[in-house]
Amino acid sequence: MLKDLINPTNFNVLVGKLGDVLVKALDQPLGYAINWGRIWSLWPVHLETACCSVEFGAASGPRYDVERFGIIEAFGSLRQCDLVVVQGTVTRKMAPRLRMVYDQMPDPKYVIAMGACAITGGLYIDSYNVLPGVDGIIPVDVYVPGCPPRPETLIQGTMLLQEKIKRSKIG
Amino acid sequence: MSNKGGSNLNDTKANSSTKIEPSNAQPEIKQDNVLTLEKSIVDKLVSEFGDKIKIAYVKPLRVRVEVDSSDVIKVASFIKETLLFDHAESVAGTDYPKGNYIEVVYHLGSYTRDELAAHVLALATRTSRDNSSLPSLVNIYKSVEYHERETFEMLGVYFEGHPRNDRFLLPEDWADIPPMRKEFRIKGR
Amino acid sequence: MSTEFSNETLEKNSNNTGLQIVKESEEDRLMTLSVGPQHPGSGHFRFTVKVDGDYIVHCDPDPGYVHRGEEKMCEYRNFIQNIPHLERPVIHDSNNITYSYSLAVEELTNIQVPRRGQYIRAIASELNRQVYTLYWLAIYGIFLGHSTMFMWPTGDRELFIDLLEMLTGARVTHAFNIPGGVRNDMPVGFSEKCLRQISYFEKRLVEYENIFYNNPLMRQRTEGVGLLTKEDAIKLGVTGSVLRASNTPYDIRKAEPYDVYNEIDFKVQYMKSCDCFARAYVPFLDMKESCYIMRQLIDKIPQSGEVRAKLQPNPKGPAGEAYRRVESGRGALGYYIISDGTPKPYRVKISVGSFRNMLALPHLLVGAKLADMPAIYWALNYWPVEADR
Repeated sequence: MLKDLINPTNFNVLVGKLGDVLVKALDQPLGYAINWGRIWSLWPVHLETACCSVEFGAASGPRYDVERFGIIEAFGSLRQCDLVVVQGTVTRKMAPRLRMVYDQMPDPKYVIAMGACAITGGLYIDSYNVLPGVDGIIPVDVYVPGCPPRPETLIQGTMLLQEKIKRSKIG
Repeated sequence: MSNKGGSNLNDTKANSSTKIEPSNAQPEIKQDNVLTLEKSIVDKLVSEFGDKIKIAYVKPLRVRVEVDSSDVIKVASFIKETLLFDHAESVAGTDYPKGNYIEVVYHLGSYTRDELAAHVLALATRTSRDNSSLPSLVNIYKSVEYHERETFEMLGVYFEGHPRNDRFLLPEDWADIPPMRKEFRIKGR
Repeated sequence: MSTEFSNETLEKNSNNTGLQIVKESEEDRLMTLSVGPQHPGSGHFRFTVKVDGDYIVHCDPDPGYVHRGEEKMCEYRNFIQNIPHLERPVIHDSNNITYSYSLAVEELTNIQVPRRGQYIRAIASELNRQVYTLYWLAIYGIFLGHSTMFMWPTGDRELFIDLLEMLTGARVTHAFNIPGGVRNDMPVGFSEKCLRQISYFEKRLVEYENIFYNNPLMRQRTEGVGLLTKEDAIKLGVTGSVLRASNTPYDIRKAEPYDVYNEIDFKVQYMKSCDCFARAYVPFLDMKESCYIMRQLIDKIPQSGEVRAKLQPNPKGPAGEAYRRVESGRGALGYYIISDGTPKPYRVKISVGSFRNMLALPHLLVGAKLADMPAIYWALNYWPVEADR
């Protein structure tokens, strides 16, 4: 009886449905725990787009030390990252690469737009080679203003992102 | 090319006890206020080329020479071989729509002659805006290679004899006119 | 790989199957690798290398990922409005990149800078050289796998940034040098704090040398790697620490002293070994010498006086051109400005050290091992944002 129901053709569908059922059952009690795990191990991609990378580097230094807030230094592989920090101006040459990097990352993934240039184009709004903000190519979770933002501002931005993750639903 | 590049671990005699010895002998650089060196440079150029070249100005430490595009190779090789200006610092192209020409200025400096260390010789040449083409100096000054390539894409000046007149800084899908031309307007301005 | 025998059998088989035979060519042995822009060791830059086994046989740089059209934007702003966006290419060396711009504009508009202003400029410039070089040293350390050398310089760098913040009011983007002098005077207690910081930093430099430059692993990875002879360095027209590491004592501060540098006693730091180690060690020597220069500057600065000349609201000069250079953290940094008599420049060309040093990259990488790539690339003192402008 059971053997007739489960055959290779509908096996994947069944497993998928089972997954959905499990996620729904677990979301209430375990969602908080899963999100808690995500918060403290955010891996940023090592993709510098412009000069804000200097302040991003300074944030990893001993004085600001973002690692104590659960942001790990940007030295991981793309495939194990879940955070893109767009570090400044995105030019027309960089934009397709940024989107490609974003597409290659596994879900869930978050984006912080760092600096005035990444938000609206900033100082370079009238340049011929600069995009007016990155939200046209990738969805942004948190905007961190400044030109360049101080490392403290970046830390605050990531804490806002962590707050956002904490309140989000899994699955 | 005397490029050794790769190091073999067995050959390397790296040893933390080896004392690092920075060099100490210092270069001697003299300067004067009566433009003697500048004038001697100009005199040599004028006696060699006569009215083929035009001396635009002689300022302290700066000399500007204007030549026709057909003579630029001869003048550049003379400047390198005889006057010993051995490298190019920058290649600046400027668009002049009013005079219908594009000017390309090579700023040449010298590392080998100590008394020329402070001097910059500007070698300027012109081409028309419609059919912009200049002989490349890459065989004389290797250091102009990327500068000329940048000038090609920013102003559309084709450098004959350059190994790659190619896209460099702009995106691959750039389909507009070269951006440093004056008729290219940036948005909102 | 493919022997005569296997090709023959392939040929026989292909008669039956109609398959095309592709013989292995010389190019099939080469593998093309793309380094960057998403690569931990590349920065905002991409270059493709072809490797034959372990050795790089071809290298093609592909810059322009941060090309923001600075030179075009300059033509739409006046001389003062240009300062903030011109320092963005090297925000951690922003006093030097605006220094030569100010010098060129002063030459065009005939402005004399007061003596005290010149000294404060030089102090800010030397402080910023330390900030830049420490950041570069941190990057070089981490890419040689030396995490301590990332943490120490980034930590000490913050102390210099504190000084600059006290002097200019901003962390990295100072917009401090303006045509005619500097924006504001030194605050009270600045010189004492500066001297205290220099004394501390000179002690730290000894520790840097012990832990990094005398480290056997670092020495093995850099000594004898990427040789750039003096002749090649001159031919390629490299500048800054790359040039001085190739046995050529050339420093704009000495060669063409600007502002107060002809009153300062210092030595041009250079080395004879022409390898990556020399290229990594010359910036370190520069930091040492910079401390020595700063002590003299603070000692000799006039105790009172103006720090900037009175400017007209929209300064302009007669039509003409100027080419002025300073020694930045990455070598000679020149501005070629053409003015047509209006308050806006007609053409601004920035000749930056990074762009000039990029020509040495294919020269050094071809023939080197792929594993030596980070050591060679970062020793070039290359900052991609500046090169792209």
